[in-house]
Amino acid sequence: MGIRSVVITLMLLAVSSLDAFAAGEAPAEKAPDTMQARVLGCAACHGAQGEGTSNDYYPRLSGKPAGYLYNQLLAFRDGRRKYPPMNYLLAYLPDPYLLKIAEYFAAEHPPFPAPAPVTADTATLALGKTLVNSGAASRKIPACIACHGAALTGMEPAIPGLLGLHSDYISAQLGAWRYGTRTTLAPDCMHDIATKLADRDITAIAAYLASLPAPENPVPVAAGSLKMPLACGTVPNH
Amino acid sequence: MFSFRTLMLFCACIVTMNARAADPSVIARGEYLARAGDCIACHTVPAGKLFGGGRPMETPFGTLYTPNISSDKETGIGKWTAAEFYTMMHTGKSRDGELLYPAMPFASYTKVTRDDSDAIYAYLLSTPPIHQPNRAHELRFPFNQRSLLYGWRMLYMKPGEYQPDTTQSVEWNRGAYLVEGLGHCTMCHTAINALGGNSPSKRFEGGLIPVQNWYAPSLTSNKEAGLGDWSIEDISDLLQSGVSNRGAVYGPMAEVVYDSFQYLSDEDIRAVAVYLKTLPARAGEKVEPATAAVAEQKNSLSPLGKKIYDAQCALCHASQGQGKLPHFPPLANNQSIQMTSSVNPIRMVLNGGYAPGTKKNPMPYGMPPFAQSLSDVEVAAVVTYIRTAWGNHGTPVSVKEVNALRSAPLY
Repeated sequence: MGIRSVVITLMLLAVSSLDAFAAGEAPAEKAPDTMQARVLGCAACHGAQGEGTSNDYYPRLSGKPAGYLYNQLLAFRDGRRKYPPMNYLLAYLPDPYLLKIAEYFAAEHPPFPAPAPVTADTATLALGKTLVNSGAASRKIPACIACHGAALTGMEPAIPGLLGLHSDYISAQLGAWRYGTRTTLAPDCMHDIATKLADRDITAIAAYLASLPAPENPVPVAAGSLKMPLACGTVPNH
Repeated sequence: MFSFRTLMLFCACIVTMNARAADPSVIARGEYLARAGDCIACHTVPAGKLFGGGRPMETPFGTLYTPNISSDKETGIGKWTAAEFYTMMHTGKSRDGELLYPAMPFASYTKVTRDDSDAIYAYLLSTPPIHQPNRAHELRFPFNQRSLLYGWRMLYMKPGEYQPDTTQSVEWNRGAYLVEGLGHCTMCHTAINALGGNSPSKRFEGGLIPVQNWYAPSLTSNKEAGLGDWSIEDISDLLQSGVSNRGAVYGPMAEVVYDSFQYLSDEDIRAVAVYLKTLPARAGEKVEPATAAVAEQKNSLSPLGKKIYDAQCALCHASQGQGKLPHFPPLANNQSIQMTSSVNPIRMVLNGGYAPGTKKNPMPYGMPPFAQSLSDVEVAAVVTYIRTAWGNHGTPVSVKEVNALRSAPLY
């Protein structure tokens, strides 16, 4: 190749790159390569850090054990837990990505919201307190704290904390377990418990849990540190 | 000493082994082809047992339940021969001669070669037997009369394997074979008429998918509505990874990419794109000059729409609707935003959506739902704005259309 043809080639290259520059405008902006940007689809209802919103039915996700959140994402995707807007959003997401989403929200620790003003009467709150802390042995109902921890912050890897949730959300979940729209892998311990609860028990538990202040240490207790009173399919090695 | 009986038993064993122990490379090819045909999407309940069937298919005529196509001898296709399987694929008649309902895409599968049909058969018979009896269809009268299917077949079923077009390249023919055969793209991308058929005269011009209520866009070369100004790379990216510089897949097409296209080879994906690019530019959608009423509707909704867009959409889709490619799709010059049917953009604003997680895009981004935070008027306003801003030539949407889609099935 002579000098002349090299010069021509270079000129052509220069012209074509100028063209590209003129047609292509400024370098296009990209979506941020972060989990935070990827979970914007969740943030509209659950908050950017999974802190929950004022809507009763969009629960707080942040700080719950990753194994619990992962189980819920799988259950929504596969239809074991039925709520069409969630079933739809997750339908075509693979397991490893759902685990990443679960780990993202598990690692977030935004402040807890102030509890909503208590509207339940004293007797209801007292019943709730008894069921949460002691259960009802005569009816074979275990205490919530037996599995969810004395501070109700849950246990690693798969038992959720119960604080920072609205009472309507909690009662809706207990109802969903009772009627089978929320299910887990067998043995479905929460189904067994929920079917033993009367309506007033559910109202009382939900009202009492929602009235509690933020936990001092919101971290779930270590795996295996509680001796669970019954077997749960989602908790390994029990 | 061999008795005659032992000899017969010995022979029978060899025959059975031959039928059972198919060549692993044939089984692998069959698995690939079964992906291309997306058998799993209908014949497996989500997270259920592979090919056990029983998935309900809602149709305007009632509910069909897909059959078990696992290797189970009692309830699956374990007793079928390869020839019987081919006859079913090729003619739409089951092993016992019963006419299949056209939810099974036999009008497309008839184009599949005997060799490919045999490979799919070998693969299906290599899958674990699932013992799950078939559930009876729940169709309303008169659609539960299978004799009606003779009429349907006269109109819409032309049996015959794919015949290569020798004037076209090998790549084009491969694409045509996949699109027209196993891919059964026409089932959604050609409008489904009142008889549940795809009218050949409207081939690939797009159509509303009944019951599911999503609009399958035109695949023709029409520049306004179809793939006219898409590049081969854009089409390939969309099909294989689920996102592209022109848009992303959601709804039923997300399922197709997730279960089928992401598994196809780069060569096959490209062949599909090459073929699709040569579909003739048909009239399809026309841009009509706006009537006074339409202009007024647009003018009354757009200012509110722009306000909502700037506050809630522009962060990802950018101030001029150019998006952040490929993960935040462009809205300007995006066919699915401005096409005649406004079903898809309304649904996306109401319900949001994640592109499918694929081998090439394992951690997709997601559009948030707004059904819980925007009123019908606000959704109508913002969708009207994105359909008419930045040179988009869509039409305004009404509050009524938005409200009707709030109850569209999601899952």
